[in-house]
Amino acid sequence: MNIQKDHIRNFCIIAHIDHGKSTLADRILEKTGLLTEREMQDQVLDNMELERERGITIKSQAVRTVYRAKNGEEYILNLIDTPGHVDFNYEVSRSLAACDGAILVVDSAQGIEAQTLANVYLAMEHDLDVFPVLNKIDLPSADPDRVANEIEDVIGIEAMDAPRISAKAGTGIDEVLEEIVNRIPEPAGSESEPLKCLIFDSVYDPYKGVIVFLRVFDGSVKAGDSIRFMATGKTDEVVEVGYFGAGRFIPCDELSAGMVGYITASIKDLRQTRVGDTVTSADRPCKEALPGYKKVNPMVYCGVYPADTKRYPDLRDALEKLQLNDASLSYEPETSVALGFGFRCGFLGLLHLDIITERLEREYGLELVTTAPGVVYKVHKTDGEVIELTNPSNLPDVSEIDYMEEPLVSAQIMVSTEFLGSIISLCQERRGVQKDMEYMEETRVMLKYDLPLNEIIYDFFDALKSRSKGYASFDYEMKEYVRSELVKLDILINREYVDALSFIVFKDSAYERGSKMCAKLKEEIPRHLFEIPIQAAVGGRIIARETVKAVRKDVLAKCYGGDVSRKKKLLEKQKEGKKKMREIGNVQIPQKAFLSVLKLDEE
Amino acid sequence: MKNEISVYVHLPFCVKKCRYCDFLSGVFDDDLVASYIERLLGEIGFYEKLIFDREIKTVYFGGGTPSAIPPSFINTIIKKLNGISGFGNGCEISIEMNPGTVNEEKVKAYLECGINRFSIGLQSVNDNELAALGRIHSYDDFLYAYDLLRKNGVSNINVDLMTGIPHETVSSAVRSLESVCRLDPEHISVYTLILEEGTVFYGMERKDLDLPDEDTGFMIYEETHRILKDHGFERYEISNFAKKGYECRHNIVYWELGDYIGFGAGAASRLGMHRFSNIHDVKGYISSDGLRLEEDLQLNETECMSEYLIMGLRMIRGISMRSFKKRFGRELKDVYGDIIAKYEKEGLLSISDDRLKFTPRGLDLSNIVLKEFV
Repeated sequence: MNIQKDHIRNFCIIAHIDHGKSTLADRILEKTGLLTEREMQDQVLDNMELERERGITIKSQAVRTVYRAKNGEEYILNLIDTPGHVDFNYEVSRSLAACDGAILVVDSAQGIEAQTLANVYLAMEHDLDVFPVLNKIDLPSADPDRVANEIEDVIGIEAMDAPRISAKAGTGIDEVLEEIVNRIPEPAGSESEPLKCLIFDSVYDPYKGVIVFLRVFDGSVKAGDSIRFMATGKTDEVVEVGYFGAGRFIPCDELSAGMVGYITASIKDLRQTRVGDTVTSADRPCKEALPGYKKVNPMVYCGVYPADTKRYPDLRDALEKLQLNDASLSYEPETSVALGFGFRCGFLGLLHLDIITERLEREYGLELVTTAPGVVYKVHKTDGEVIELTNPSNLPDVSEIDYMEEPLVSAQIMVSTEFLGSIISLCQERRGVQKDMEYMEETRVMLKYDLPLNEIIYDFFDALKSRSKGYASFDYEMKEYVRSELVKLDILINREYVDALSFIVFKDSAYERGSKMCAKLKEEIPRHLFEIPIQAAVGGRIIARETVKAVRKDVLAKCYGGDVSRKKKLLEKQKEGKKKMREIGNVQIPQKAFLSVLKLDEE
Repeated sequence: MKNEISVYVHLPFCVKKCRYCDFLSGVFDDDLVASYIERLLGEIGFYEKLIFDREIKTVYFGGGTPSAIPPSFINTIIKKLNGISGFGNGCEISIEMNPGTVNEEKVKAYLECGINRFSIGLQSVNDNELAALGRIHSYDDFLYAYDLLRKNGVSNINVDLMTGIPHETVSSAVRSLESVCRLDPEHISVYTLILEEGTVFYGMERKDLDLPDEDTGFMIYEETHRILKDHGFERYEISNFAKKGYECRHNIVYWELGDYIGFGAGAASRLGMHRFSNIHDVKGYISSDGLRLEEDLQLNETECMSEYLIMGLRMIRGISMRSFKKRFGRELKDVYGDIIAKYEKEGLLSISDDRLKFTPRGLDLSNIVLKEFV
C-alpha cells in the first residue's frame, strides 16, 4: 500500500490521571474497526497486568489504525500512548516529540488539574497542535461550559466547540476522529533526505532482540539497511521493519518519512537503544541528531534485598531481566550487615520503585526487603572531591565533609481554596518555598513551590490527598541542587548499629524523625527474652530512645484436645513469623521494620 | 494386658454459640441431632475391627455442649462402645456440661450410664463477664449445677475457667479463682481467651472488646498460679490443675501420644503413627456414609518425635528420656541436643534424672521453645 504523507496523522492523548485517556484510546480503536468489541479487553494499550490494575500507563505504546473520514478518504492514524506519571517525564517528552498533535482530554466535572497543565505545557513546548475534548459529559456533576471556559482562560486554547463526549458510553467519538483528521497537521519531512528517526521506546523480545519504536522524520528505512544509533554510535543491520497492530507487530516493506513503526536489528542490549536517541543511516547519515536527547538518571535509590538470603542469585537474574525492558532501572550489588547481600537500585521516582519491586515479587516470586528510599545527595569533601551519595551508609566522616547538597524540585499544586491553608502548611512542613500562587478561578488556586525532593518521595502525595480530601493535584520536575544542612540519622538496636536503617535527614528534623523512628520500631520489634533499647543517633550522639520490654509470657493456654494439628499449626505460624525476621546481634527484626521510616507520618 | 485405647466423642450441639468459640459447634434442630447420633453409632461400628480387641481406658464426651442433648443418646453411645471393646477397670468417662443445661434428671441418667467425671464450663463467676462472652448461664446457674452433682455423689468434678476475657480485671479474676477454689472441685482448667478467626470477637474492635492489657494479663496469670497452689491444686499441665490423683487421664493420653479414636464431626484420632480427623462439618459428616476425613497423616519418625516433645513438654513433669528411647530407639539428646542445650542455657528447660522439663519461667515462655521442635 502506498501511503501518502498527507493521509497520516500522528498524535497522542494527554490528560490528568483518571480523566479518561485510555478509555478514549480504546474507543478510537474500536470505532476504526481495529478491534471488535469482543476482542477488546479493557484498555488495550495498557499491556502490563500492573498497568491495568493501577490504571496508569508505564511504558509508551503505539498503535496504528485506519479511519475512513467523512470526506471519503482513508487516513492512517498512529496513536502514541504516553506514560502518565511524573516519574516518566522524559519518556513523555520523547513520545510527544514523535507526534504532530495532541488531544487534550479534560474531565468535564473536575476541570483542569495539575497534570493537565503540566502535559499541555510539555506538548506546547514540542510545538504540538493541541485540541481539547471534554469527556465524561454523562456524569451528573459534569459542567462542560464551565470547563470549556476554564480551558480558554487558563490554557488559552479555543475550547467552546470542543467535542463533548463520553468515552465510557462511546458517545461523540466520531466527532473526535474528524477533529484528528482536520486539526492535526500532516507530518512534515522529506523522504529524499537522509534517514532521521526518533526512538520513543523499545522493548526486549527474546526472539527478535530489541524492538525499537520509532518515528521517521526524514528518509526511509527497510530490512537490510545499515543504521547508526547516534548517541551510542553503534551500527547495526535492520532485520525487520513494521508497524503496530492491536497488541502485535505487523511487518511491512518500508517505513518512510512521517510514519511511526518499529525496527529490529538483532540488538541484544536495551541500553543501546536509548529513548530520545536518533537513528540514521550508517551510509548516508543526517547532519545532526534530533534535539532533546538526554541520558536519564535515577532520582531515587533504595536497597533491595531478598527476604530469603539464599535467593540472592534469583534476585540478580530477575533484575537483569527487568533491565532488558527498562533501561532506566539501575542496580549495583551492595552488602549490608543487617540484610546481607542485595542491590542498591536506582529508580526514576517512587512510582517506578513501587512498580519494579512489585514486578519482582509478582513476576519472579521473590520476597523482598527494601530499605528506605533516598535521593542522590552531593557530598562536597574538604579535599575537593564530590561524591554522589546514593547509600547513607557511605557518607564520609563529618570531619571530611565540607558541605552537602540536595536536589530541589519545582512543584505545581492545584487545590481548591477551601484546602489552601492546610496545603500551604504541608508545604511549609516539608521545607517548601512558595514561588507563586495564582487563582485559576474563584475557587481554585495553582501553587508553585520549590521543595526538596527528599521531602516528597515518601508520603507527600498521600498527605496531599488526605489533607485536601482528594481534591489537590500535584506535579513536579527536577530543578537543581542546593546546599543544605543535612545529617545522617543512625539507628542502634540493642546497642548495635543497623546500617540498613540509616537515612539522611535535614538537620532540624533529625530529633523529631529520630523519636518517631524509635517509637515506630518499638511497635515493630517483638518482645524478646531480654530488654532491647532502640536508639537514634546523629554523629554518635544519642538523640532519642525507646525500650522494647522483655517478654514475660508466651504460652498457649487453650484446649485443643486431641487436635494436634491445630496446636502444631499455631507453633508453625510463629515459626514462620520468625523466618521473616532478620537477626541483628541477637535481636530478631521483622522485615517490614526496615520500611518504618516511610510511615513516620501515619497517625 | 490388652492394648488400651481412649475414645473421644464430639457432640457439637449448643443452645447458643458463644462469641469467642471457634470449635465445631452450633445450634441444630432435633432431627439433625438424631441423624447425627445415628451416623455416629454407624461410625463406631465401622471401627469395630480396629478396636474390638482393645480395652477402653477413657471416654470423653466433648463439644459443643454434650449436656444439651437428651442423655439417652449418651447412653446409647456408651452401650455401643461397651459392646465392642469393653471398658477397662476404673475407666474414666467424662462429660462436658454447660451450667445452663443441667437438671437432676440428667445428672442421674449420666451416673446411671457410667459417667464418673463431670467437667463444667463456668469460665467466670462474674455475670458481666459471662454476658460479654455470650454464655447462656449465670454464676448462680453454675452453683446450682455444682450442688446438684455433689448431692448426687459425684466425686470428680472439673471447672473450666477463662482468663484474658472482656471486662476482666485482676480483682475480678481473683474473685473467680477464689470462689471456685472454695467450692473445692477436684480439678480446675484455666484457659486463655484467643481471638480466633470466624468468631464474633474476631470481627470486633479491640477497644469495644475491653480486654485486659498485657501487664494486667500477666498479673492475672501469676495470681492464678498462686491462688491455685494455695488451695492445694497442683499444676500438672500448662493450663490444668488438680488435687492429687485427679489429673484428667484422658487428656494425659493426648499429651503422651497414646492411642485414641475420635468419633463425630471434626474429631481427631491417633493410632500409633497414623493421625487422622473427620470432616470438619456437621452436615457433611451426617451425609457421609463411609469415612470422610479432613486430614489423614502417616507420620514419619521425625514428625512423631516432634509431636512427642511439643505435647509431652506441656506436662509439668516433662518427658522421660528413657521412654523416648524406648519408643523411638534413639537418645533424646542425639536428636534434639542443640535445642535442649540452648534453652537449658537460657534457663527455660531443665534436665533432672530421667526427665526433660520446663523451668517455671520456661512454662511462661513455652511457645518460644516448643516452636523449635516443630
